[in-house]
Amino acid sequence: MTVYRIPIGDAIEAGIDFFVTHLSFATIAFSKFTTKGIAYLSEILMFLPPWAMILIFTGLAWFLSKKWGIGLFTLIGMSLIWNMQLWGPTMDTISLIIIATLLSVAIGIPLGIFSALSTTAYRIITPVLDVMQTMPAFVYLIPAIPFFGLGAVGAIFATVIFSVPPCIRLTCLGIQQVPREMVEAADAFGSSKAQKLFKVQLPIAKTTIMAGINQTIMLALSMVVIAAMIGAKGLGGEVWRAIQRLEAGRGFEAGIGIVIIAIILDRVMQQVAGGKKQQM
Amino acid sequence: MAQKIMIEGLFKVFGPHPQNAIELFRQGHSKNEIMEKTRHQIGVADASFTVDEGEILVVMGLSGSGKSTLVRCINRLIDPTAGKVIVDGEDVTRLSVEGLRQFRLDHFGMVFQNFALFPHRTVLQNAVYGLEIKKVDPAERKERGMAALEQVGLAGWEDSYPAQLSGGMQQRVGLARALALDADIMLMDEAFSALDPLIRSDMQDELLALQDKVKKTIVFISHDLDEALKLGDRIILMKDGAIIQSGTAEEILTKPADDYVAKFVQDVDMAKVITAESVMLKPKAMAYYKTDGPKAALHKMKQSQISTIFVRKDKKLFGVVTADDCAMAAKRGDPTLEQILNTDIETVSLETPGVDIIPLLARLPYPLPVVDADHKLKGVIIKGSLLAGLSERGTD
Repeated sequence: MTVYRIPIGDAIEAGIDFFVTHLSFATIAFSKFTTKGIAYLSEILMFLPPWAMILIFTGLAWFLSKKWGIGLFTLIGMSLIWNMQLWGPTMDTISLIIIATLLSVAIGIPLGIFSALSTTAYRIITPVLDVMQTMPAFVYLIPAIPFFGLGAVGAIFATVIFSVPPCIRLTCLGIQQVPREMVEAADAFGSSKAQKLFKVQLPIAKTTIMAGINQTIMLALSMVVIAAMIGAKGLGGEVWRAIQRLEAGRGFEAGIGIVIIAIILDRVMQQVAGGKKQQM
Repeated sequence: MAQKIMIEGLFKVFGPHPQNAIELFRQGHSKNEIMEKTRHQIGVADASFTVDEGEILVVMGLSGSGKSTLVRCINRLIDPTAGKVIVDGEDVTRLSVEGLRQFRLDHFGMVFQNFALFPHRTVLQNAVYGLEIKKVDPAERKERGMAALEQVGLAGWEDSYPAQLSGGMQQRVGLARALALDADIMLMDEAFSALDPLIRSDMQDELLALQDKVKKTIVFISHDLDEALKLGDRIILMKDGAIIQSGTAEEILTKPADDYVAKFVQDVDMAKVITAESVMLKPKAMAYYKTDGPKAALHKMKQSQISTIFVRKDKKLFGVVTADDCAMAAKRGDPTLEQILNTDIETVSLETPGVDIIPLLARLPYPLPVVDADHKLKGVIIKGSLLAGLSERGTD
């Protein structure tokens, strides 16, 4: 006796095949956009010699966080990365993170707003996000290959899918948490929906939204490393190569590079989000 | 006075099939029965009332009585289920989304219990929010915003953020935000309830002073009877979504519509409600400074069986003389009252509350004169008449 097996896997594959054949215009457009984006960004980041970039990053970190400690850490950390001869891969990783984060925010904030304002959208989006966040990250790499092939574009695609949920969730939460009386006040003073959104709800939700973006950046960083498995360059690629060649030392060096980037991004973002809070 | 707001048969029922609940209510079922039968919550039940232009109407009731829902139905922050809300002849319930937006800008300023200020905007930016929405040009916006802040006593604070202000000051910003728009109706939802008692009392006084100048039509929601009595030209009492009595403060205090109202008002300190006018007596006699000498004054006092007499000059209250002094002056043969006249006397106005009269009476050796704005004697208060006024309600 054979038990009927529900063809979930088959259905998903058929779906992916369908998208690959019929949505190629979209995947090609996405591919072109991201390839160009990454190329330009890498060129900009590699244009100046490392020591100049280190000074720029340090200045930027200090300026954004208003804390000299974070600036100092950036200076020492980035110099160490340069010293470990990981400058090129690090710049690759940073450009991947920037592109992936920009895309995630561009998708996540509108979807978050949408799900905060429409109960129906909320009911649909929330379970989808639950699935997206519990699915092992590696699984996203598989459809990325038929869509975009090996390389940076597939990596960006998988990274965006992996890192967009917190941005959507926290944008939605931030807007929902705006006190009812404030929303009523906006209404009572004749605001249109757009005025209410841009003048009241979004500004008040800003701290929460920034926290979402911070999480998105962190997730993007972790996924960009994993995405090295499908041929993304950068620090992740260094780690992946070290695994294959069993070079523990090299692997840890790249790992330390990732940690340094993570700490800098996290601290700067926290200050950017929290700094505004103090003013409020 | 013109009717500014007219509410007719207003219902608000929360739930998917409100008409059934309204039907049940009309058949005489109570709010709780309807809740049990249909799982529908009645917010406002068949409310009808009017608000005159320039008056302060206080809607009062305990929490859950539907007063906040009622006021939100007026500017449709909550859409009423049935009934009419007519403001300046226009039925608010029939306005389109865009029409309603415009109508709110033109007619309604609102002040909220927890201030509902926008934390990311400065005091001035908060005050001009309505004007910004109305697309008033920036220069005029700033001017009107500053004028509104000045009116509420916040000049100099325009660049602060709400979080830097105390509760009382925050609510002034809330008030300024409603005033800046120059709408003719102010809806105030428990506007002072979140403030501590001393500040609350100050804010009430200031609102009354402000109202003398701006003459808005104010619908004020409160759960505090003392506040209602102090502010309200008229008061509406609500229970379970329905209006159970409306009238002036004195009507509600002296003729409570039912036991519920009576219970509600029993703890009111009458001394705060009662005014000089309501407890004063007509002076039994008066002396005239220009024509009466000590003998004449003494004669008038004997006739009326009083021991002091007030003296009038040029139709104004001028002073007081006692019988003992008059007798001595008469012996000396003084031609006028000049020598014995005491012109340094305490007076109160018609509106002075009983609570302020009691300490004055306690230390005065003669009755307390009540005068009008022209300093003309309207009546006198003696201890007996005040006590009678205070206890009158008990015997009613």
